[in-house]
Amino acid sequence: MNALRFAGTRLASMVFVLLAVSLLTYAIFVLLPADPAQLACGRPCTPERLETARAFMGLDQNFLVQWWNFITGIFTGRTYGSAGAQIDCPAPCLGYSFVLRQPVTDLILGRLPVTFSIAIGAAVLWLLAGVAAGVVAAVRRGTAVDRAIMVTAITGVSAPSYLVGLLGILLFGFTLDMVPVNGYVPLTTSPVDWAWHLVLPWCVLAFLSAAIYARLTRAQMLDALGSEYVRTARAKGITERRVVTRHALRNVMVPVVTLFGLDLGVLLGGTVITEKVFSMAGLGALLLDAVGNTDVPLLVGVTFFSAALIVVANLLVDVVYGVMDPRVRA
Amino acid sequence: MTLDHADELVVPEGQPAPAAGRRTFWRRFAQDRFAVVGAVVVVGYVVVALLAPLITRVLGVDPYTYDLDALDPTGAPAGWGGGISAEHWFGVEPLTGRDLFAIVLMGSRTSLVVGLGATVVSMLIGTLLGLLAGYLGGWVDWVVSRGVDIMLGLPALIFMIAIGAVAPESFPRLLLLVLVIGFFSWSSVARVVRGQALGLRSRGFVRASQALGAGHAHVLFRQVLPNLAATVVVFATISIPGAIGAEAALSFLGVGVPPPTPSWGRSIGDAVTWFSSDPMYLLFPGIALFGITLAFNAFGDGLRDALDPRSGGRR
Repeated sequence: MNALRFAGTRLASMVFVLLAVSLLTYAIFVLLPADPAQLACGRPCTPERLETARAFMGLDQNFLVQWWNFITGIFTGRTYGSAGAQIDCPAPCLGYSFVLRQPVTDLILGRLPVTFSIAIGAAVLWLLAGVAAGVVAAVRRGTAVDRAIMVTAITGVSAPSYLVGLLGILLFGFTLDMVPVNGYVPLTTSPVDWAWHLVLPWCVLAFLSAAIYARLTRAQMLDALGSEYVRTARAKGITERRVVTRHALRNVMVPVVTLFGLDLGVLLGGTVITEKVFSMAGLGALLLDAVGNTDVPLLVGVTFFSAALIVVANLLVDVVYGVMDPRVRA
Repeated sequence: MTLDHADELVVPEGQPAPAAGRRTFWRRFAQDRFAVVGAVVVVGYVVVALLAPLITRVLGVDPYTYDLDALDPTGAPAGWGGGISAEHWFGVEPLTGRDLFAIVLMGSRTSLVVGLGATVVSMLIGTLLGLLAGYLGGWVDWVVSRGVDIMLGLPALIFMIAIGAVAPESFPRLLLLVLVIGFFSWSSVARVVRGQALGLRSRGFVRASQALGAGHAHVLFRQVLPNLAATVVVFATISIPGAIGAEAALSFLGVGVPPPTPSWGRSIGDAVTWFSSDPMYLLFPGIALFGITLAFNAFGDGLRDALDPRSGGRR
């Protein structure tokens, strides 16, 4: 029962945040003076043609009505224009790109595999590497190992991802000729080529993010190792390894999982910089294309989709919390 | 990637500002060699940025003048190391022959103006909202907390790119960057300030002030805020590299500082097409950007550790 109510509250707040985020997205893009109808209308653009274009795109309506149409379109689909010149956008409809003449949902789905491949692979790597480095640094506190890990970490925190990516391409791609430096091969075509093309982006992203996780893990681990329950565990006579991995690590993982959920959510919504550096056509590249074409419906759709991923990731984090730490559910 | 990882700073929520006096604070900071070096480098960058117009004038270079003589027929810089010479210390920009030293030097101004400006914006919004939420509680707290939830649910980089794309051309770009980056990074400071204000609300001196008939404004800004000043300043320092990185990232992606205003991020972006033939074009702005971020991070870490040794720094 308690667990049910917990899930209920979380779901309600998720829906609230999603609605607010979509309203904000809409407000920003609709209130700003870039008019998609004006762009689609072409030149010379007579006032009558502009009006027709606006009506066709549904831009002639009140801003709140437009937002509501966007929301309901996700569940029921939308139809632009009227009989004769009609465009259908089946549910879940995140808008229609009049520039690319495709529903935004289809465009997003086409790019998802690329972004997800980059994000998930990198996330697994950085979580493992970051937590391991943080634990080692905490356990060997004050030693040369600790200092080396922490200096590497602050380097990773400070380095811009594109710079590391470009240097990685220069070194491992051009100079050593070890790995391919751009392009994406679908997993279904060849799993080996898929992974081989992704190795460099994975490592670059993982190196930078692992730095943050190493610092966080180390700080939390030091806290945990100084706590009373760890002293009790040691007093019981169990091995130090077990104290660290079973007792301390469990508490350390709570804030780590929070950050991980957020970061993964952000990354799944578009690995913009990585995709640009490694010339991969994922969600981020789609967004940059939309920027280049001032394709407002596509911008709104992709932004909303990215926000939705973050919100869902947050919800999952809360669920994992509940499993990891039963006190949360109370 | 999220805009700022200031969250990892783990200033314990709900805990009032630490009791350590100013002298203890600076003694702790001075013992942290890494942080002191960071502070010195930061000061160096600021001095260079302030003097940049003077330096370039003395050297007779500027970031806007084309020098096609410094290029070979393909448009790449002529000579060794991207055209490094007595005249062009860092070489020249491919295709234009503009002096890279002047570009990198003047780029520090762009970086610092946007980095500091955006941080001021986010600290103002975050501190004000956090103070109100923590001190007043009730519906104000609810609204601010939901606001923080919403901000955390927004993909900041994607929003910033999109806003950059639809904003009118006539809006000054640097100001737009300052406002946008600032607006997307207030949530973490608001959360921390809220927690601390919540803790201070029930403390004796606040109660006493209220009992003496002080208004909310007086209590908030004269009694509570001074106790949070140290936290906010440290938080600001830790946020600056994030803001500098955001400017550079947006400029790298082509939606930040427009040419010809020098920007390290944009230079790095431009260098992408050249870097197999002219890696120096990538390296100089890259090192400048990495250096300032690293220095600010080391400095900020040191301040944080000095303020709250428990937070687990390098010691």
